[in-house]
Amino acid sequence: MGSKPRLTGYRRANGTMGIRNHVIILPLDDLSNAAAEAVAKIIPGTMALPHAFGRLQFGEDLDLTFRTLIGTGKNPNVAAVVVIGIEPKWTKKVAEGIATTGKPVAMFSIEGRGDLAVIAEAARVAAQFMQDASEINREPAEMGDLMMSIKCGESDTTSGLGSCPTTSEAVDRWVAAGGTVLFGETSELTGGEHLIADRCIDDACRNLFQTTYDNYIKVIESTGANLLGSQPTQGNIAGGLTTIEEKALGNIAKTGSVPVMGVLKPAEEPDPKKPGLYFMDSSSAAAECITLMAAAGAVIHLFPTGQGNVIGNPIEPVLKLTANPKTAASMSEHMDLDVSGLLRFEYNLKEAGDRMMEVINRTVNGRLCAAEVMGHREYTFTKLYISA
Amino acid sequence: MTSAPQFLLHHDGDSVAVAVQDLEPGTLKGASVKQGTWSTAVLNQAIPLGHKFALVDHAEGDPIIKYGIQVGVASAPIKTGDYIHTHNMRSYRWEASRA
Repeated sequence: MGSKPRLTGYRRANGTMGIRNHVIILPLDDLSNAAAEAVAKIIPGTMALPHAFGRLQFGEDLDLTFRTLIGTGKNPNVAAVVVIGIEPKWTKKVAEGIATTGKPVAMFSIEGRGDLAVIAEAARVAAQFMQDASEINREPAEMGDLMMSIKCGESDTTSGLGSCPTTSEAVDRWVAAGGTVLFGETSELTGGEHLIADRCIDDACRNLFQTTYDNYIKVIESTGANLLGSQPTQGNIAGGLTTIEEKALGNIAKTGSVPVMGVLKPAEEPDPKKPGLYFMDSSSAAAECITLMAAAGAVIHLFPTGQGNVIGNPIEPVLKLTANPKTAASMSEHMDLDVSGLLRFEYNLKEAGDRMMEVINRTVNGRLCAAEVMGHREYTFTKLYISA
Repeated sequence: MTSAPQFLLHHDGDSVAVAVQDLEPGTLKGASVKQGTWSTAVLNQAIPLGHKFALVDHAEGDPIIKYGIQVGVASAPIKTGDYIHTHNMRSYRWEASRA
């Protein structure tokens, strides 16, 4: 394996470690997107995260939106946050949630003042946050400091044969080094959910996993809908995948061989004292799933694809790998690693894993991944039910 | 130096294999990923990379095995070498999901 890679990251006030140093302008709700985007335009290098929700949500659905917003701000890849909301109460709740990390947070609300006054004040603060963030230096980091997430998309049969097993190699190495990894995609375990249940660390974990899985599937099945074209997607079908069970086994092939330490609600942080592999209850839609994982604290994402999903995330770099030689050639600007040689027996899985780790290490140390260069910053909330 | 396989199956005993090149009908050589066993198989129709064909005969209702696990059921009779996709295979878990 050679010597241990030299990794660096940004240590935050609460001890967590990130690999990017973003200053974000976070709208609480859809109404505040325009002001947030205006601030980011005035202060280059800051990043607005517009999204579609945050109004008249209630109950568990509202809790999830708060958890997603607060978790996004708390993510160790974020140096400082400006929160802008239409009214002060919920804005304050999110700003205070983020401030528990000890990182700089400021909040502004629009009602009674208007966009322009808020933009002027928020831009002044954002400018200061940018300058302060620019003085935070990289420090030596360990794999155990960095939370990884995994989710595949526009999978085809090459995913289960190549890109997912390669990801699996990285997952096992990450966990062996003391790291934490999140996987999810609840519906996409169908037909192989027993394989995950068998890997749960104890009965409590197993029971929670089974209940979580069953509840999600109950919602899907209660619609009576024909899911062919939705799950599996039209892209999956074009790539040769026929059923949810076939897709699920390819999906599961990326989760390594380590035990499942726990089951997380969407956007819930894993226990920092218990590193390892965690399952997060989540949609299999790429942008929703990765948004939730970043909100749980993941700082780097591995994304195996077959037909060529182009997904990125504003907070965590999304590294894409494919074993489909056609996709590797036709969509090369979106791919960080081509492992199609696995299908031609040009190298074995261990060597593919070595290549994956090399790309991961370089990305951790600051090399921009394809999704970052291409400007893919999909930030998409999961909605549990209708708003009031 | 082994040459590149034309198809791969996940486990020895799987009832389907995956084309890892665009394939024309004929006798093909391939291997299982888990055990590394090389074998030959017959393909009846041209299929693109990533698509599946049958390694054994399936009657309607027979399980389709990949990764050593059932991944679907034959929704029509399938002969050895036949192309397999939504026209002759469906989910056994999601009954409503069919072409």
